[in-house]
Amino acid sequence: MSTLVIDKAGPTRKLGSMSRDRAWALRWSYFFLVLFAIFFLTPPLYMIITSLKSSAEISAATNPWWVFHPTLSNYVELLTSNQFLRFFWNSAIISIVVVIVTMLISIPAAFALARMKFWGSATLATGVFLTYLIPDSLLFIPLFKMLAVIQDLTGITLLNRWYVLVFIYPTLTVPFCTWIMIGYFASIPKELDEAAIIDGASWLQTLLRIFIPVALPGLIAATIFAFTVSWAQFLYPLVFTTSVDQLVLPVGITTTLIKGDVFNWGQIMTGALLGAAPPLIIYAFLMDYYIAGLTAGATKG
Amino acid sequence: MLMADVALRKVVKRYDDVEAVRGIDLDIADHEFIVLVGPSGCGKSTTLRMIAGLEDISDGDIMIGGDVVNDVPPKDRDIAMVFQNYALYPHMTVAENMSFGLRLKHYPKAEIKARVTEAARLLDITDLIDRKPKQLSGGQRQRVAMGRAIVRNPKVFLFDEPLSNLDAKLRVQMRIEIKKVHQKVRTTTVYVTHDQVEAMTLADRVVVMNKGRIEQIGTPNELYHKPATRFVAGFIGSPAMNFIPCRLEESGGKLNVRLTDRISFPLPPARAARYGALPRNDGLLLGIRPEHLTESNAHLEPGVETFDTVLDVTEPMGMETLVYFSLDGTPVCGRVNPNAGAKDGAPMRLAMDLNNMHLLNEETGVVL
Repeated sequence: MSTLVIDKAGPTRKLGSMSRDRAWALRWSYFFLVLFAIFFLTPPLYMIITSLKSSAEISAATNPWWVFHPTLSNYVELLTSNQFLRFFWNSAIISIVVVIVTMLISIPAAFALARMKFWGSATLATGVFLTYLIPDSLLFIPLFKMLAVIQDLTGITLLNRWYVLVFIYPTLTVPFCTWIMIGYFASIPKELDEAAIIDGASWLQTLLRIFIPVALPGLIAATIFAFTVSWAQFLYPLVFTTSVDQLVLPVGITTTLIKGDVFNWGQIMTGALLGAAPPLIIYAFLMDYYIAGLTAGATKG
Repeated sequence: MLMADVALRKVVKRYDDVEAVRGIDLDIADHEFIVLVGPSGCGKSTTLRMIAGLEDISDGDIMIGGDVVNDVPPKDRDIAMVFQNYALYPHMTVAENMSFGLRLKHYPKAEIKARVTEAARLLDITDLIDRKPKQLSGGQRQRVAMGRAIVRNPKVFLFDEPLSNLDAKLRVQMRIEIKKVHQKVRTTTVYVTHDQVEAMTLADRVVVMNKGRIEQIGTPNELYHKPATRFVAGFIGSPAMNFIPCRLEESGGKLNVRLTDRISFPLPPARAARYGALPRNDGLLLGIRPEHLTESNAHLEPGVETFDTVLDVTEPMGMETLVYFSLDGTPVCGRVNPNAGAKDGAPMRLAMDLNNMHLLNEETGVVL
């Protein structure tokens, strides 16, 4: 009996199996995507709910997932507080300068490592990436010591100054961005720079007029990465800056809004949400330019 | 008018221990269309890239217009190159692609526009001038790549297998286009291909390369009818020339060539005079092209000899039928009239035109 069933089912299953398999694959992917979306969106949702509550309502024993008396007071207070705006400003200026510094170093470095074959270039490329794998929690004490020594020797104040972070963050961003850019530059067909060389372009012109425009998606990916790393960095600013006017957003929120064992939850959540906004906005805008396959048409493929 | 002849003197390219190009001498005259042809790895592309300046030369001299350019960077050699995969700049329009070199050299805008317009007209891509490469077909991209070379008005055009990425039909069409363009612009051209048909159809002179050396330089007809080596004889022409082991014999005061125990032909007088001094032993190959192995007919020319064989396979091509058979185990191909009645496995009387035979030294591969 059972063999009969299998014989009957065999041909029909073969006919529709492709689309049926695909349909099931799609269902499973939606299932897991929804699961992950819930998992990752619940905390921000909870933050939004909390940020819209007054301190009294937060500590009240009501349903924590519902706002009974919505208020924007947390937002108003933070956005009119000079201190918070100062953190914001510090974070912004540091991140922007770090992105610029990172790109000025990473792009030429990646170009050299991807295209100019010189002694040890392959080893150097791997080395660049390996430095990225050393965690900052291992580096902050020696770095602090280094800065202290330099400060003593030169008399230039480095510790407890926001601008010192502009020199420190690139140790995190440059290796990774260089690595990304090496990959993108290496994917550009060799004939493209040979054509440029024959057309009379110097190395610099080849980089500026061919490589950078062609590798723009990679450049944007690297920029987003550098910005996000700088914006979200917590350990280094915590260690290297202490005065309130030198703090960046993540450190500022946690140090000024937590007083002893008093947590100002409403403002902490509001501050964190406002702090998360710039990277979100940047992603939203740059994603449009983040188009793979910009090199299509350069060569045969 | 600038002289744009190219000369290579004992040019060598070494990669570590491997010699890719082993001492090449080549003179390319002004306006000449030279094709370097050979199997992959024969050093033809390396030679082209050395002329372009994309590869350093390990030894010897390269001269363009009489000046040694060994250490001159590519941009100062006044050359333009067309690559196999076109290498168009993907973010630039057709016009921008073509004018890139001129813009780098700060030519006046009006002249750039005039040159681009002229080249676009010549290549019939005027309508595509504002498109991006990804909006173009393979053939159109190839035209743009040629346009980029033409607008520069260089001393020398270098083509590196430019048609290899196109489908067969388009390749034939673009081949004719390239020939037309060369007839108009008359720029000295060095063209690399592995396709002997391309080489024969395009070239003023063909340079056949093998294992880093030049086997023979000559016009397409010279290479076809008077190959210098077995390699050239076998490489040029399709289907390839047959090589049949043979020996020379004297019988009745006449010189014969013996192919098998059964088959022996008297040589025509001109051939007999030429081969008379050769030793009468083995180690010779008879080279005969398939078109000189045809069906036998009633009126045989002098020097055409007939023999009987049994066909293994026949391939009707329409205008002709290729017949395959073997002589003492050596596979041989002939070309017969489609109406000659050739059938698989059937016996057939064939005629060999010994006026067009070649005799080769089997060991050295030299055509005697």
